[in-house]
Amino acid sequence: MSNRRVHTLNGIEKCPTGIAGLDQITDGGLPKGRPTLICGTAGCGKTVFGMEFLVRGATLFDEPGVFVAFEESDKELCQNVASMGFDLPALQARKKLFLDYIRLERSEIQETGDYDLEGLFVRLENAISTVGAKRVVLDTIESLFGSFSDTNVLRAELRRLFRWLKSRGVTAVITAESGDAKLTRHGIEEYVADCVILLDHRVQEQMSIRRLRVVKYRGTAHGTSEYPFLIEKHGISVLPLSSQQLDHSAPGQRISAGIPRLDSMLGGKGFYRGSSILLTGAAGTGKSSLAAHFVRAACQRGERALYMASEQSPAEIVRNMRSIGVDLEPWVKRGLLHFHAARPGSSGLEKHLVTIHQATEEFQPQVVVIDPITNFAAVGNFSDVKSMVTRVIDMFKSRQITAMFTSLTRGDSEPELSEIGVSSQMDVWLLLRNLECNGERNRGLFVLKARGIAHSNQIREFALTDQGVQLLDVYIGTAGLLTGSARVAQEARERMEDEERKQQLQRKTAELTAKRRKLEQQMARMKADFVVEEQGV
Amino acid sequence: MKTPAATKLSDLKLDAKNDRYVLRLYVTGATSRSRQAILNLNAICSEYLKGQYDLQVIDIHQKPTLAKDEQIVAAPTLVKRLPAPMRRIIGDLSDKESVLLGLDLKRKS
Repeated sequence: MSNRRVHTLNGIEKCPTGIAGLDQITDGGLPKGRPTLICGTAGCGKTVFGMEFLVRGATLFDEPGVFVAFEESDKELCQNVASMGFDLPALQARKKLFLDYIRLERSEIQETGDYDLEGLFVRLENAISTVGAKRVVLDTIESLFGSFSDTNVLRAELRRLFRWLKSRGVTAVITAESGDAKLTRHGIEEYVADCVILLDHRVQEQMSIRRLRVVKYRGTAHGTSEYPFLIEKHGISVLPLSSQQLDHSAPGQRISAGIPRLDSMLGGKGFYRGSSILLTGAAGTGKSSLAAHFVRAACQRGERALYMASEQSPAEIVRNMRSIGVDLEPWVKRGLLHFHAARPGSSGLEKHLVTIHQATEEFQPQVVVIDPITNFAAVGNFSDVKSMVTRVIDMFKSRQITAMFTSLTRGDSEPELSEIGVSSQMDVWLLLRNLECNGERNRGLFVLKARGIAHSNQIREFALTDQGVQLLDVYIGTAGLLTGSARVAQEARERMEDEERKQQLQRKTAELTAKRRKLEQQMARMKADFVVEEQGV
Repeated sequence: MKTPAATKLSDLKLDAKNDRYVLRLYVTGATSRSRQAILNLNAICSEYLKGQYDLQVIDIHQKPTLAKDEQIVAAPTLVKRLPAPMRRIIGDLSDKESVLLGLDLKRKS
């Protein structure tokens, strides 16, 4: 419900729908005082769309509305939308909403000559004036085609109806069923030409995905992409690409990664605030551990951190991180750290996008960890996941949230090939690798890229100790970076050489002392001889 | 526009039942179409239902709430309330055969 704005762009006045996300896509809402066509297949959410448009209008914008239902009775409608918290009877009682169910029974109707649909006009006029409606929904007007056989009359009357609605100055939503690769079965998009929105409900790999697309919007720049949307307990949420222009501000503030030596690899100051950080690595390379440090550092700064976990439960994360000396529990208790755990498999990709949106909206974090983002790849195809991640990154950036995404690479694949194709959108990319040599595996960390940060080019070994992640000293031998026991051996060798040098020095010193003593003795003897000689003269 | 009950129908050729017809004609003002519908209906009633009917003509412009209550969409609409089944006969009633069908005064052959 954010971004509630009324735009007067290009002279077109907008009527905010109040539907989460939609007003962003349409740059302010539906064209005010004009009819908008909402089309889609059966069950795509047209009725809910229309009803939410009215309910939001009545409750948020003080614009009463009229709902003309052709398919559901008043009672059915009230029941159907009650689950979304829309209390239609209360709105009706407050004269904010007028429901008119138009029941047309083909079998009851006998046509016997010229007619028009003046009855519909009379009812609409009556409804509009009863509540002082500014919004009208006709759901689904094409039902008329099933009840009346004279399509010429119908078309003429529909054209007259839309003109009349315009002249009444009401913002109208007309729903229609799409079919046969056409927007509407009876081509009524011809008459409602100002704004056409297509809703779509697809089932892809057993996952249901709803999408919304603004097909046409006269006089307004609008997003042409398909936007996923959801119908959930608060109504419809459309998930816009929150920033279609790349106009994020670039904060210069730097925040710590939570590991001092990692900060020093990143120009000594850590990440930029509001940047997105990708952490890739195979299983067991310590991604979650690094993320935990990052989160803890944020909490220590007094910031709010959101941890979206999709592999471990919050309790497991807390326990596991405690074993490496990172105690997250106090921060959870103080309300600075919030875990949100859900498996992506349990609901569709869009649903997850919404969940992330909502969790962010509710918790208002400064730092977010999504661990791991690769799990989303399991529930959508490549381009879906990519577009989703883009949206997530955009959302975080626009809110200046520093986001860390962990990404699991398969052991046998090149880690540089980021499997979900999002690495180009990331500002910092940390690569965790298993460095295998001399029969052991050690963890290595490498800053693959860090935009705008002078960063170290070294591969650093790190260890998970009970004091947390420790980046170790760098040993570079003739064969490259030395890790694990090779590093230990090198250290030992150096210690030995050192010892040897020390001993040599001691020997030399002893030799010299002995020599000096000898000389001194000689000198004393010669001196004594000389004295004797002198006395003899 | 009320026609009082009259004598028993004797010469009903078609299979009209003995019960009374309760008819409501919904029109929209004094348009030529409204007038035409009233004329046509009166002619049919006096020919087939002589006195065995209640007819009320209602201008929905005057009583818009009735349009909602009576589920009027098209105009003119003649609603046959009785005898059952309820039927809506729309149009200016110029197609006499259809009107008779709608009033159950004739069956489809």
